[in-house]
Amino acid sequence: MSKDIRIKKGLDIKLVGEAEQVTTELPLGSVFAIKPDDFHGVIPKILAKEGTEVKAGQALFYSKSDERILFPSPVSGKVTEIVRGARRKVLAIKITADAQQEYKDFGKKDVDAMSGEEVKNHLFTSGCWPFVKQRPYDVIANPNQAPKAIFVSAYASAPLAADYDYALKGKEAELQAALTALTKLTTGKVHVSVAANSTLSPFKELKGVELHKVSGPHPSGNVSTQIAQISPINKGEVVWVVTPQDLVVIGELLLTGKVNITRTVALAGSKFNKPQYVTAKAGAQIADVVKGNLDADNTRMISGNVLSGLEVAQDGFLGYYDNLITAIPEGDDYEFFGWNKPVFNKISASRALTFSWLNPKKKYDLNTNTNGEHRAFVVTGSYEEVFPLDIYPMQLLKACMYKDLDEMEGLGAYEIAPEDFALTEFICVSKQPHQKIIREGLDLMREELG
Amino acid sequence: MGLKQNLHNLKEKYKGTKMAPAFNAIHTFLYLPNETTHGGTHIKAADDLKRTMNIVIMALVPCLIFGMFNAGYQHNAAINGFTEGMSFFSGDFWNMNNFLIGLTKILPLVIVSYGVGLLIEFIFAVIKGHEVEEGYLVTGMLVPLIVPVDLPLWMLAVAVAFGVVIGKEVFGGTGMNILNPALTIRAFLFFAYPTWMSGDKVWVHGAVEAAGTADAISGETILGSLAQSQPLSYSVSDMFFGFIPGSVGETSTLLILLGALFLIFTKIGSWRIMVSAVIGALVMGFIFNQVVALGWIGETSKFHGLMKLEFWKHLLIGGFAFGAVYMATDPVTASQTNKGKWIYGFLIGFISIMIRVFNPAYPEGVMLAILLMNVFAPTIDYYVVQGNVKRRLKRLKAKTA
Repeated sequence: MSKDIRIKKGLDIKLVGEAEQVTTELPLGSVFAIKPDDFHGVIPKILAKEGTEVKAGQALFYSKSDERILFPSPVSGKVTEIVRGARRKVLAIKITADAQQEYKDFGKKDVDAMSGEEVKNHLFTSGCWPFVKQRPYDVIANPNQAPKAIFVSAYASAPLAADYDYALKGKEAELQAALTALTKLTTGKVHVSVAANSTLSPFKELKGVELHKVSGPHPSGNVSTQIAQISPINKGEVVWVVTPQDLVVIGELLLTGKVNITRTVALAGSKFNKPQYVTAKAGAQIADVVKGNLDADNTRMISGNVLSGLEVAQDGFLGYYDNLITAIPEGDDYEFFGWNKPVFNKISASRALTFSWLNPKKKYDLNTNTNGEHRAFVVTGSYEEVFPLDIYPMQLLKACMYKDLDEMEGLGAYEIAPEDFALTEFICVSKQPHQKIIREGLDLMREELG
Repeated sequence: MGLKQNLHNLKEKYKGTKMAPAFNAIHTFLYLPNETTHGGTHIKAADDLKRTMNIVIMALVPCLIFGMFNAGYQHNAAINGFTEGMSFFSGDFWNMNNFLIGLTKILPLVIVSYGVGLLIEFIFAVIKGHEVEEGYLVTGMLVPLIVPVDLPLWMLAVAVAFGVVIGKEVFGGTGMNILNPALTIRAFLFFAYPTWMSGDKVWVHGAVEAAGTADAISGETILGSLAQSQPLSYSVSDMFFGFIPGSVGETSTLLILLGALFLIFTKIGSWRIMVSAVIGALVMGFIFNQVVALGWIGETSKFHGLMKLEFWKHLLIGGFAFGAVYMATDPVTASQTNKGKWIYGFLIGFISIMIRVFNPAYPEGVMLAILLMNVFAPTIDYYVVQGNVKRRLKRLKAKTA
């Protein structure tokens, strides 16, 4: 039985440079890197020292908290450098890829015959466990807990996000295998949400899952929004979350025995000459992926979307979970009387001489200017307009700032991820770093309450 | 090399020094800064706090200009007699003579208010090393509008200094204060210099100097005369348009209403607070009307004059409309939750009229009502937020039971 989810509160940020539905197969790049920071909260223990030859799918490191959780190399090649930062923290593990790719074979599996424990062990050994994330805390799932349900959001509502209906076309078999495997991991249900107006979704015909149709402005595609509507998380409960592009990897593993972390990546934003889709492996060097397509002059490159992605340089690397590279103009210029003149070329949730409300369909070319300086919280009531959860956003943010664990718990910190506060951060007139505040709050809770 | 580049070079030169906040305050007043996003969202909405505050100031400007004309008009009318049944655009009101009297009286108030207040803000910003916050831009505009026109400038300066330091900076500056700074300033004036803030001599320019002479003019406000159970001497249209004595900017309900609509339309002011404050005032006024109608209060009672006033007329007189639109909606000191705003606004309206009727010594309740509710706003919020917390706990209980 499916349930329709309608979201009213939120804000669609329409930007120019949406990726055209054309995919170019890129040649394999030469250097790849896995950054342990992509896996929040994981302390890496290196398995593949500098100089080791690895196959695609072979583990590079494991998590200090649970040695079963392995992190695989996306390509076969030689570990050429382990970049370390302050206090010898591992920043990146660089691999120079071989011309001929070799995959470590984990064996084909008949998913229907597998038990939950077998699925789990298979994900551990193949290094696919990190694809399973959990709420609360928005970190890689703790395999010792039993989730009450597993959620997949197949609707990306973030600005310029890759369109799942297009990017996952023809992957029905992989998705079905992966979802069947997931159903074995929980006693509850596996919930999949698709856009209400989607006709082509590869998830439409899949069996064994609860299908939900979502409509409404961003953040309706955020999985927390959907969880809150379908089955809100209570204290002590855990849900697991997997993204559709990671389901494909898991599915391929089960069907072929290979770990092939190849994504259909959207290149979007006004700074791309031709916004479109390309294929790339996780950890690919950005320069290889965007070659020949980028206007690099005064450009902000983002691995992920403009709201919660990570800034990367051209010699940086595609994030492990990301299926989107956004390029927008930097906004490091002054604007004469920018604070009081009428504004037509920027988005605003208010009407304070800002005129984006006149034309809700218009696409904007926003830059990275903060449009103002950091201030204390002053304005109230505006965050609630774009925040669809039954949570008081400002009160929760303040609870995180003064580190009151009881209050954070009471106000619903178990139900949220930093990305849920991206829109409130976007519209904040005080320019407060909401996602950072929430991340630090969640980390503190995880440390203190486990 | 233009102004932009020169200022940029200066900013880089003074970066990290003590005076940087002071310089930046002026710099960012001219130019939106060149700061880019780091860490969080890579794009930001167009609004910043300066823009928000600027909208409120724009909503206040019509009241200020009207106040200038009205100051002159009240002065001339007290000497030469009132014009009966003026239309809003009457030339008897909108003339240069009236305006110049008002300008010479009110412009100094504005300058002193901004000068003293911003100076203190700059000093605190430099000492504490944070940027100059915009909160005072609105406060500095509100203050001249809520004081009597003849207020001596040194009193205003002392009060502003007190209000900014004790009302705001000791709590940590903009966004941290408990009491509305503009009302703190007014309350200080009221309790420190009561003879200049109430009575029948202060509301019309020249009334104080003329007192006791043959040319004595009366400067009674409507509330003042009603509190003495004298009959209402102004027509409804005069009260609505604002051709009445009172604090500088508070008299014209029409312009305040337009300002309110502007604030609501731009989504800067909270319509919840404004609407619920009006409802609260109407309810209290209606209750008093009923008390009079039932004969519980005799004509001899000193409360009779104000209680008998038709309940909706309370909205037109005194500072109620101004307070409800511009002061109660201050987001820092009001309730911060939407449900809390309804309760907060309602109680402001309710208590305003209650104080107005029961306090003959000082027949204006809105200032004290707002200050009182400022203090209670966190408590209201606490219970509203606890409701959310309880709902979450109940959900858990339903699950485990």
